Amino acid sequence: MEADLTLLVNGQQHTLRLDPETPLLYVLRNNLGLNGPKFGCGLQQCGACMVLLNDIAWPSCQLPVRQTTGGVAITTLEGLTRPDGTLHPVQAAFVQEQAAQCGFCLNGMVMSAVSLLKQYPQPSEEAIRNGLFRVLCRCSVHTRAIRAVQRAAAG
Amino acid sequence: MLPDTSRRDFLKTTGCLTIGFVLLGAGELLADAPQKGELPGSLQDNPRINAWLEILPNGRARVLTGKIEIGQGIRTAVAQVAAEELNLPVEAVEVTIAETGRTPDERYTAGSASIEQSAMAIRHAAAAARQKLLALAAPVLGQKVSQLRLEPGAVVAPNGRRVSVDQLLGGRQLTDEVRQPAPLKPKSQYQHVGRSVPRQDIEHMVRAEPYYVQDLRFPGMVHARVLRPHSYEATLLQFDTKALQQAIPGVLKTVIDGSFVGILAEQEYQALRAQDYGRLHAQWSAGRALPVDKPLPELLRSLPGTVKDVARKGDFLKAPAAGVLTHQASYFKPYLMHGSIGPSCAVALFEPGTQALHVWTHSQGVYPLRESLAKLLNLHSDNVHVKGVPGSGCYGHNGADDVAADAALLARAVPGRHVRLQWSRDDEHAWEPYGSAMLFDLQARVEAKTGRITHWQHELWSDTHSTRPAGSPEKLLAAQYMAQPQLPKTEDDFSGGIHRNAEPYYQFPALQVRAHAVQGPLRVSALRGLGAFGNIFALESFMEELAVQARQDPYEFRLRHLTDERAKAVIRRVREMVKGEKPAANEGLGLAFARYKNTAAYCAVVAKVSVDPGTGFVRVPRIWAAIDAGEVINPDGLKNQTEGGLTQAASWTLNEEVLFNAQGITTRQWEQYPIFRFDEAPLVEVAVLDRPTEPPLGAGEAAQGPTAAALANAVFHACGKRVRHLPIRPEKLLG
Repeated sequence: MEADLTLLVNGQQHTLRLDPETPLLYVLRNNLGLNGPKFGCGLQQCGACMVLLNDIAWPSCQLPVRQTTGGVAITTLEGLTRPDGTLHPVQAAFVQEQAAQCGFCLNGMVMSAVSLLKQYPQPSEEAIRNGLFRVLCRCSVHTRAIRAVQRAAAG
Repeated sequence: MLPDTSRRDFLKTTGCLTIGFVLLGAGELLADAPQKGELPGSLQDNPRINAWLEILPNGRARVLTGKIEIGQGIRTAVAQVAAEELNLPVEAVEVTIAETGRTPDERYTAGSASIEQSAMAIRHAAAAARQKLLALAAPVLGQKVSQLRLEPGAVVAPNGRRVSVDQLLGGRQLTDEVRQPAPLKPKSQYQHVGRSVPRQDIEHMVRAEPYYVQDLRFPGMVHARVLRPHSYEATLLQFDTKALQQAIPGVLKTVIDGSFVGILAEQEYQALRAQDYGRLHAQWSAGRALPVDKPLPELLRSLPGTVKDVARKGDFLKAPAAGVLTHQASYFKPYLMHGSIGPSCAVALFEPGTQALHVWTHSQGVYPLRESLAKLLNLHSDNVHVKGVPGSGCYGHNGADDVAADAALLARAVPGRHVRLQWSRDDEHAWEPYGSAMLFDLQARVEAKTGRITHWQHELWSDTHSTRPAGSPEKLLAAQYMAQPQLPKTEDDFSGGIHRNAEPYYQFPALQVRAHAVQGPLRVSALRGLGAFGNIFALESFMEELAVQARQDPYEFRLRHLTDERAKAVIRRVREMVKGEKPAANEGLGLAFARYKNTAAYCAVVAKVSVDPGTGFVRVPRIWAAIDAGEVINPDGLKNQTEGGLTQAASWTLNEEVLFNAQGITTRQWEQYPIFRFDEAPLVEVAVLDRPTEPPLGAGEAAQGPTAAALANAVFHACGKRVRHLPIRPEKLLG
């Protein structure tokens, strides 16, 4: 069942012995000790588990880890922060706008926004809403999150 | 396991602090103080300074709050309050949240009471600590207390001589009891309170530092899942655990106690697979059939229950005179979900030698949970240690306590190993205790000539809004399914918030409010605002209906019936905020107002909607609110809470309804229970009316009720349809 798989996570290669069907989320959290992606539904409905796969935001809760080998660049929330500790502009914007309450969905919002801005550096409000569509936020900081993405886009 | 208190038992002999303050010219200091009067209840229960505050070396301090961080920013608010009284920078104050044996017992983090209770207790404890430090320094510096000043890490005399706090305390703590209000720092000298100090924890979150109970990892930790039946009260008929063990590698143990089933595995994915296997293969009885033969509002009205007259004055017997308009209407609010984005989670460890149980939980009440767990597991409560760790936002009593009980039961099966139990989305959606469904009948009379309401009747039917464990075991889900089940007693619970805000804040000559406590079909408990959400939805929808019928301006109509100037002020303020708004065709603005609990924060809301005449689809581009929560500790924190409340309540109002058939709950994932996504969420704007000299008022739940009515009223003004049964779904606006 188990196999040796090589993953490229936040710029580092990791070779792990695992069940290749394990969803990526559990590998990131439990094998690599990362906290960014969260378990929310396991159904790809809430976006709490969002990661970047080659810069595209994608939920990791149902994605078998075997599909993310072969040099796919996996980025988690941790990987956005620069080695010197400086925050990515999107991370910084969410802090500046205080766009969180419990913060559980923050990962999904930040990762989705990074992916969005990569493709559309100057998104309209509607484009921001579409870009964050997959992420559910129950504390409902939507207005702040939209402002944060606008702030990040404005540089 | 309990912290060593002897180290902190210092200076006890000096007794109460209060006498000295009279000599300090306290009267003068108090003139500009933020509030006067009684000590907060939390402080009366835990009067020692070091229950709330520890002085750390090098000009730092630690605040201990019995409340848990649930996204309301309590850490930052209490740090601001303590820093203010101790003349420290906010960064110099660290905060320890709810933990048995460590922080004060403040029961539940609920009812918008964290600021009113915990922050105010900490304010008084910190003020008392400052006075005590000055008193200790006075003989050392050869000065009068009144001449001394507390600076970070030192007490300083006018001549520049100073003595360090470390030297004064020698590593010990202040154990004096605060029995009377200490002289508080004058408001005019405030550096931190009333400022929007950013929450430091948001940066930790955005850096993905370990923060949540879900992030706890211990050496040798095992992963667990529970197996729940499809329906309430179903019993386990058969589950072949050997077959499970053969089918799924890594399964350590299956614990079956009656119909409580838990599975432990080495790896989380193995536990997940085992749960999937169990869902397919375990056999259960049918369980309790849920009533589906009549619509839920009719069902509520037909249930046996007990009646309570909540308010009664004036004469209803005399028939209405000529020229008096009469109106009646019924409203309904369905079961709603807390809908935490992260399903409930807990970690538990049972120590084999000491028989001590440790539980890490996002419960809103660590002390009550400790009592409940002790009784459930037959342990002495001194042997149960419950530590609060933030989880996903809960908005009330969700599965947090239940998952902690599940984890505790499973930890007993693998002593010495930490057990991490993560509920699934289905567990949370189908088994959390929902916000109760409610039904309302309203009647009123209005004098057409004066536009004044003379008679008002509000009758409601509701299940309780609070079934927190509160120290007993039977309200924990697992307890109800064990071989020797403990079942909650049937009780007609009027203390559970069913008539919260049923009594109008308006002044009417004749008033009758009556509540029927009934037992509905679903598991229920506290959801943000309890009964206030439904009661205010009904009350403020009805006010608008009366205003329309009597051809009155909605703002003036409400203002005319209010006597409290602060209530009037929030209504006037929100009117000002929307002055420039001119609704186009198919658009409408709707107003609503309430003072939460009739004693907490004042909140007036205006919603703007557009209704598609072809599809009935309601869009909510904007919501505005004006809020008065008395003295504001952190304006941005208050705004954030209120903004979230507006948007969340808009989602409740337009989208949400827990559904069931005879076999059980049918809304078991987000696609079946759709909450607002980013394309639906309004832009929200909140104005804060700061009242620095008034006591702070609970605010976290103030926006919920007014938002629902403001939306229903806006929909009416947009399309002429009055929706009285929530949610306001498109099909109700067609035809």
